[in-house]
Formats: sequence, C-alpha cells, structure tokens
Amino acid sequence: MTEKSNITLNINGRNHAIGVEPRRTLADAIREDCGQTGTHIGCEHGVCGACTVIVDGEPVRSCLMFAVQAAGKKIRTVEGLAKGDELHPMQRAFMEHHGLQCGFCTPGFLMLAVGVLEREPDISNEDLLDVLASNLCRCTGYQNIIKAVRAAAAEMRGAR
Amino acid sequence: MGKGFIGRSVPRLEDRPLLEGRGRFAADISFPDQLHMRVVRSSHAHGKIMSIDADAARAMPGVHAIWTAQNVTEIPPIDFRLTPVKGLEPYRQRVLATERVRYVGEPVAVIFAESAYLAEDAAEQVVVEVEELPVVLRATQKPAEFAPSLTTEPVVIRKGYGDVDAAFKTAHGVVELELSIGRHSGVPMETRGAIARYDAARDMLEMYGAAKVPHWNRDQIARLLGRAPASVNLFEGHVGGGFGIRGELYPEDVLVCAAALRFKRPVKWIEDRREHLLAANHSRQQTHRIRAAIDRAGRILAIDDDFFHDQGAYVRTHGATVPDLAAAMLPGPYRVPAYRAAGHIRLTNKTPGGTYRAPGRFESTFVRERLLDAIAAKVKIDTVEVRRRNLIASAEMPYTLGLDTLGTKIVYDSGDYARLLDKALAGISWEKTQAQLKKRRAAGERVGLGLAMFVEKSGLGPSDLVRIAVEPSGEIEVVTGSASVGQGMETVLAQICADTLGVDYARVRIIHGQTDRIEQGGGAYASRVTVMTGEATRRAAAALREMALNVAAGLMQTTPAALDIANGEITRKDRTGASMQIGDVALAMSKNSERLIAEGFYEYSHMVYPYGLHIAQLRVDAETGGVAIERYLVAYDIGRAVNPMLIEGQIVGGVAQGLGGALYEEFLYDDNGEPLCVNFADYLMPTANEIPRVEIILTEDAPSPLNPLGLKGAGEAGANAVGAAIAAAIDDALQMPGAVTQLPVSPQRLKAIMQKKV
Repeated sequence: MTEKSNITLNINGRNHAIGVEPRRTLADAIREDCGQTGTHIGCEHGVCGACTVIVDGEPVRSCLMFAVQAAGKKIRTVEGLAKGDELHPMQRAFMEHHGLQCGFCTPGFLMLAVGVLEREPDISNEDLLDVLASNLCRCTGYQNIIKAVRAAAAEMRGAR
Repeated sequence: MGKGFIGRSVPRLEDRPLLEGRGRFAADISFPDQLHMRVVRSSHAHGKIMSIDADAARAMPGVHAIWTAQNVTEIPPIDFRLTPVKGLEPYRQRVLATERVRYVGEPVAVIFAESAYLAEDAAEQVVVEVEELPVVLRATQKPAEFAPSLTTEPVVIRKGYGDVDAAFKTAHGVVELELSIGRHSGVPMETRGAIARYDAARDMLEMYGAAKVPHWNRDQIARLLGRAPASVNLFEGHVGGGFGIRGELYPEDVLVCAAALRFKRPVKWIEDRREHLLAANHSRQQTHRIRAAIDRAGRILAIDDDFFHDQGAYVRTHGATVPDLAAAMLPGPYRVPAYRAAGHIRLTNKTPGGTYRAPGRFESTFVRERLLDAIAAKVKIDTVEVRRRNLIASAEMPYTLGLDTLGTKIVYDSGDYARLLDKALAGISWEKTQAQLKKRRAAGERVGLGLAMFVEKSGLGPSDLVRIAVEPSGEIEVVTGSASVGQGMETVLAQICADTLGVDYARVRIIHGQTDRIEQGGGAYASRVTVMTGEATRRAAAALREMALNVAAGLMQTTPAALDIANGEITRKDRTGASMQIGDVALAMSKNSERLIAEGFYEYSHMVYPYGLHIAQLRVDAETGGVAIERYLVAYDIGRAVNPMLIEGQIVGGVAQGLGGALYEEFLYDDNGEPLCVNFADYLMPTANEIPRVEIILTEDAPSPLNPLGLKGAGEAGANAVGAAIAAAIDDALQMPGAVTQLPVSPQRLKAIMQKKV
C-alpha cells in the first residue's frame, strides 16, 4: 500500500505536484499534502459533509474520493471563495445571519451551497432544504444556515 | 460611556477566519518531524487482559514505538476536576488499561509511527487476548463486583430537606412514575485531537488542541507527568464545538504529552469518528423512580426520587457532577416543601460518562415535568393550571432552595416564573392552538401541544481574572484564561469591554485559552463565561478607564471628572478644547516606562439562575411512528442580553441537540456490551430536515442582583426542556396522559406506545 504515484492536484487554480499512495483520500491530500486545511474532516464516512469541496463543478465529499481520482480535475475549496479581501456572497450571508458558531462544519456548508446554487440557481426552497440536510452542523440548529443560504441565493441570482 | 454595544446584535468578531478556511483547529496544527499516535482499543466490554502481542506491529516500517500499560506505570489515574465525592477515587481511569478492560473502546495500547496511515495499519496488527468476564449493562440491576472489595455502586448522592415521610403519610394522593433518559452525548463536529511537543531549549512541554479548561488541564498534565506547572503550556486554537464533553482531560491527551517528552519529538493524535463515539464521554443515561405527595388541589407536598445514574466504566474528570446536578436541580421552579433524592452512581461496562449541555437538567426537567403532568391528570386539572398552583412566586425571590450543588448553595437570585409563563402562552396562543389541535384530532390527526418549565443555573465560579491593555496604536487587548468553544465569547467580552471603556468593540482583541498569557482561568463550561469572565472584563475595563482618565486629565490640564471617553477618543464633557486618542494616553505613559493596563478579578460563590419554558406542537405519524415538529417556542429570561443574536443562536442550537436526545440519538449496546452506534449512520443526529424554526421570546424581566450588569448565562436553555416538552406533546397527540416514560421516543417506542392504546 505504500507505493506512491505522482499526481497534480489543481486547487483553486494552483497546481500542487504531490506523491500519494493510491489509498490516500482527497481530503487528506488537500489538507496534509497541499496544506489547505480549510477543508475539514468530520466523520470520514461520507455522512457529515464537513469535507465537501467542489470537483469539476460538483460538490463532493472529499473523504470518499481518492486523491488519485481527482488528478487533473479542477478542485475548489473554501480558501478559494473570497476574491482577495472581498468575501463571496455566501460567506457574507453566513456572517450576517449568524450561520456559524464553532465554524467547523462551515467550509463544508459553504462549498455545498455554492456548488449547488452555481448549478441550479433557481432551485426551490424545498429542494434547497433537502440539499442542506445532507450536511451536519451541531451548533446552529440549521435555521440560520438556511436563512443565510437563501439570502445568498437571492443575491447570486441577482448578480447573473 | 460608549455607544451601547451591550444589548446589540453586532456581528461576531470570530467569523472571518472561519469563513475563509483559515481557522486553526487541532488537526490543522503540525510540527516538523512529528510522530502520529494511534490508539489500540479494547473490543471487549469486560475482561482480563491475558496478553498483548505487538511484535508484528512493532516490526512494520515507520513504526517508532508501541506502548502498553507497562510503559506508563508511573502515570497516575486522571483526577476529578469537579464534584470529587469521596469514595470515587478507585474508579478513576488510567491512561492505558491495566489488567482489565471495562468497555469497548478503552485504550489498551498506543502506536507511534511516522504517518497516521502507518500508525493505523500497525494498530490493526496488535493482538489483544482477553478472558471475558460477565458484563454489567444496566444501572438498575443489582450492583456487581467492580474489583475485589469494590462494588459497581461506589456512592449514593443524597440531598434533601423537610419531613418527606410525614408529608407522604398525610397526603391527599400520591403520584408515582418510573422514567428513563437514553444514553447520548454532545458529539461535536470536530473530533478530539492533541499535539504535544517538547522544547528542550526551554525545558517546556507544550500541548495544542486544548479546549474548555486549559489551565486546569495544564496543572493536571504537569502533576501526572511529574513536572512543574510552569514548565507546561497549553494552547487553545479554534474548537469545533464543546457541549461539555470536549476539552476535558482524557487519556489520549496525557499520552501524547508523555510521548513528546519521552521521544523528544512532536506527537500528534487526531481521533476518528468511530473512536469518538466509542471513547469520548457519553452522558445522560438515568432511570428515576419518583413519587410526589400532593394535596387535593394538586399542590406538591413532597417529592421523593430514587435514581440510577449509568456512569459507564470509569469515573472521569466530572466526578459526580451529573447526578449531583440532577438531584439538586430537580425541584426546578416549583415550591416543594419537603424533598429527598438518592442518586445511585452505578458503573457499567459502557463508555464512561461526563457532562453534556444542561447536565443533570435535561434529565431532571424531563422527570419533574412528567411528574407535574401526572399530577394534573390525577387531580383532573390542565397542565398549565397545575404549574400555576406550584410555581414559586416572584415575591419569594431570592429563594433559598435548601440544597447545594458543585460546592454552592442554591439560591434562585431572581425570577418571575408566572410572568414568563403568561408571555409564552400568549406567544403560542395556547388556548386557540389547543382548540385547533382538538379539531384536527377529531378529524383523525395525531397532533398535540406540550409545555415544560425549568430553572437553569449559570455563572459557576469561583473566580476569573481578566487583564486589559491599551497599546499606543490604540489596539485593545483583553487577556482571559476563559475559553472559546465556538459560542461567541470573544464578541461578548469585546462588547462588555467596549461599553465600559468607551471604545469600538471591533478594536478589542480577545486572547483566551493560552496558559502562557495569564496565570489563571476558569474556562468555558456551566454557562459561566458571560457572567464570570464578563464581570471580570467589566471590572478591568472600568479600572482601565479610570487610569486613562487620570492620566489624560494631567495631560489635558483638567480633572478626570470633566472628561469622557467615546469611540476611543478622550474629550472634555463640555466639548471644548483639544481631545486625545486613548492610544495617545498609552503612548504618553510608555515614555515614563508605564503601561495603560489594568486587571479585573471577580470572585463569587453563588451561581445565577435564569429560567424558561419550552412549548412543542407536533404531529405523530401513526404509520411510521415518526414525529414532525410543527411549532417550537422557547421563552427564556436571560437577565441582561449582551448580544441577542448570539443568545438566540445558543437557544436554537440547544433545541436541535435536545431534539436529538428526545427523538433520535441513543448509544445502544447489545447483550455482550458491544456498542451498536459507532458511526453517523447508526447514531442519528438531526439534520436541517428535522429541526423546525424555533420561536424565541427573550426577556430581561429578572436581571441578576448578583452582578452589576445583571448577567445570566445562555448556553444551556435550549437543550434543557426539550425532552420534557416533546414527551408532553406526544401524550397530548395520542390523548394518552403519561404515555411517554422513556427517551428518546424512537419510532419503535412510539409505535409500541400506540399499540398499547388499541
């Protein structure tokens, strides 16, 4: 299991040439090999969604994907959301609506919500709730997350 | 004074790095040349360790060392932080199992390897041979042998006052119930983690990933490893949720520190989720056998409660805290003329227990409010009326309960319980809603409304120290030994500092959880930070303001009384003449080698007692046994709301956790003590689909008379009464008073209840 392959992960537009074992998860590679620790690991079995990143436009659980499977794909993580000092509307909405407390699940929720809204900007409130129900948060009781995502969705639609 | 930050829902100072992915959680900390620790855990619930064969593991590439109990014999068991009741000492946990294993998940050996993957590979090759012993899985079963001459019931907590037996003899009636609360826990989204390193140049041991109580843990680690406390430092980074369980001192924390000292290399341990569900503190599991003596009108004459607390395999840092609080807080907002509680602490072969948000109160509120509902049914009055007849009146405040807990006498400092009840009933349109639900029930729906009242406790002492300094740049730094578990304490303390000093809260930087920055700290638990650290902050800021005005008066050739500070600017109150920035005062002082710095120390031996009630409206699905919450209201008197947005956030989050414990979450075991819920597919935490919008009525009718700002705590109100309110609402939906006797009300249990009716 220890034989490593050389791959390149493209994270937020930057290439990271790394050597990984085939079994190394994308989450571990992003965090440990590429130093992008904003992607968090909460369960390592694909339930909590804290490790959600966007791979080729689609939100995925990076704990359920191997790093080698993501080679050559465009990976976006929470570190890439803001443009310099200017927060993404989703980040701003989370702040304005108190959509985070400890902040551990937050990167996963941000990437999940951004990923879905970029693909389906006109998603219904009901479907959006279903999407958000795929990640776990233990602090907020979700209500402020839902408010924040709805507010950001409206803003993202307006910006089209 | 300042611009009035207290009372405003200003945005949090904490948010930005967390939103940008620039937090520093435990797993984000790494040091060059670090070793990774992996724990080999018992797969047996109870047995004698016959042998541990680690040869194959030791021979694997990248494995640096493997320890069993033999390698750490000099490390004493981990001590009690709270409620160290006599008789519990032999039940403390050692960092690695010695001779016996007592629960599935108990650390038996540890691997140190060059990578986390290699450490995990090696752990799988360690063979632990165990000769099985009989398991104890129920706290209600007859106590068994824990060890020679020790039983599984080390202590019975006894509390009470008044003549209970006389009251039962002369009572008009007696109501008797057996009620159980399921085993569940805080389960923060960040698992535990600790990274230790030894700096030989300074002979300093450092641990990162600290949380909740860094100063106490620093002192304990020093004691356990035979070092001077001054040669150990703990550093708190971001903490991914606390809820009582995180930040207590666990075996793994001690092991990484011991290893860093021994190997002279950094050692990192990050728990995985399965380990977390097996090894971090569980909580809540109790069975109560409770009786109330009542008069003809349903007034309580006496309560007698005999309860069994399932402590799990060892007594950890919380000592007897949970059963002690359950016994002490059970009377709640009601007048109980005579009271007796016996809490049996029972060891079982399950994961050890500790506190979880509203410890002892989620449990005792469920029990007490079930009792009130049963009294109402017995004397045929409604559930609101029975509470009105028993509530302590505001004229009786402060109310001395006649019990003590956590080393303090319980004196409800202020409160108007009936007034909050009125507000809540108006808020939910109680009678109108009841009439609507009755109609829907007549049409075949199973819908119901239930309420539950409670008294919370907060602001546990004994003391807190805060140091505030103003730099010549005008930056303000508040240093506290308190801790952040994600609750927003930085913002709240900045608001209190800003108002007292006369500056913008956004210029205030809060340093917390760093043992090298301040010599003491109470930490973050028991809803204490806003009250204890908040008042210490106010005192420090007031002293700082006085110092700044004195110095500025000299510089501005006037008297301090003629000056004011607003938004960091010192001006004459009559608005004439020049002004100066508060940083300029610090700059002027620095020229005389002085600093604009002040301390605030707050010591108090009583807690403060906020109070509230929950109302749940729900629908039971007869087919599936599922429960859908239609409305949920929390009314809560906070005394003084520093940041209403954050308080509401605490309440909603607490309700979500409470709903987990009321309906979904439970650590189940099979008959051999094998845990059945060790992942998120089997341990069911609520998602966005399960949590309703929570209506909140936040009042400030009863500020605490015990501190100048009138502060009370907010952390645990949301969780406290959920089990009780949900139980009452399910009873109502099924029109079966007293139907719910056990939490969580899982679909299976609810279907069983409904079958009873037929």
